Amino acid sequence: MILWKMFLAFFIPGILGYGGGPASIPLVENEVVGHYHWMTVSEFSNILAFGNALPGPIATKMAGYIGYDVAGIAGALVAMFATVAPSLILLIALLKLLERFKDSPKVKWLTLLIRPIIVVMLGMMAYNFFATSFQSSGWLPMILIAAASLVLMQRFRIHPAFVIAGALIIGAAFMG
Amino acid sequence: MNQEGENRSIQKSSLAIHRDLFVAFFRSGIVSFGGGPSGIPLIEAEVVKRYHWMSLEEFGDMVALANALPGPINTKLAGYVGWRVKGLSGLLVALAAVVLPTVILMVALLGVLARFQDQRWVRGMTQAVLPVVGVLMAQLTWSFMKNAKKGLGWIISLILVGLSFVLMEVLHVHPAILIALTLLLVLLKPSKKAGERK
Repeated sequence: MILWKMFLAFFIPGILGYGGGPASIPLVENEVVGHYHWMTVSEFSNILAFGNALPGPIATKMAGYIGYDVAGIAGALVAMFATVAPSLILLIALLKLLERFKDSPKVKWLTLLIRPIIVVMLGMMAYNFFATSFQSSGWLPMILIAAASLVLMQRFRIHPAFVIAGALIIGAAFMG
Repeated sequence: MNQEGENRSIQKSSLAIHRDLFVAFFRSGIVSFGGGPSGIPLIEAEVVKRYHWMSLEEFGDMVALANALPGPINTKLAGYVGWRVKGLSGLLVALAAVVLPTVILMVALLGVLARFQDQRWVRGMTQAVLPVVGVLMAQLTWSFMKNAKKGLGWIISLILVGLSFVLMEVLHVHPAILIALTLLLVLLKPSKKAGERK
């Protein structure tokens, strides 16, 4: 019974939350705090703040932790499954359909015409990361780190994961 | 591109492919701070540039459709790539690599480390990562801009980028609606005229 509730609590935000994990967090709060009363608002925001300080996708971190807190390991697994599975199954079905017709001229046009939309979506994400960075650390550290990482990745072909690891160390030592 | 990637993965043992999937998604998951979207360029670095599991075009279609569907983006990408490379077992390995390490970290550390979240060095780490993710995202944006130019030419690409920008950012049309409309237009029009959406 608790596991079924757990499934519903994370299935609904997963299927309604457009715009990736962060967009579904208020919906999760609505279920977990408002509907099922598994935790208080302040407990929820503590978990959210902590989850944001850790790497990885936020929606599954929240689901895993809350599920574990309420109903143990089975709860964690059910909550994560409900978060991930519905939209993933939809994506696989859609892309499978696209792949079946990938040689048709219409699908080629679709792929081509979607590209400008991707440019804008990714461009806006890039802008948002810089805007948040500017707000939290000011323009000088932002430009220095951005320039250094551009040179390291573009000129010296260093894998992004290592550049990020380097930034984390520099941030822990000199910023904040 | 795709052919080449498939040939390469055929030569590898099943275990090696699962290991590659795990490494690719563990690495891109564990260094993506600030929620799912920051993982997109990292996943591209692994899936397109390093392991050649798909071409940039295929990656673009996947990101566009994944963005048009609800739910967390990172796990949708990991699950689909895993599924394409190695079926259901690939899907599970890729998902586990993205999700489990950070969930386990969270469950294990929350009690002990909750007081660290206000520490200066923790904030410093998050601050230092943001510009790097911005650069990664901008680089990926540029790859798709070049890609659009290759197929549509500079002028049409720029017009369509401008149009999408106005629709999504000024008029706040949801990307899912824009992508669905593009799909409808392409399906309804005769293929030669499909480009006349502008």
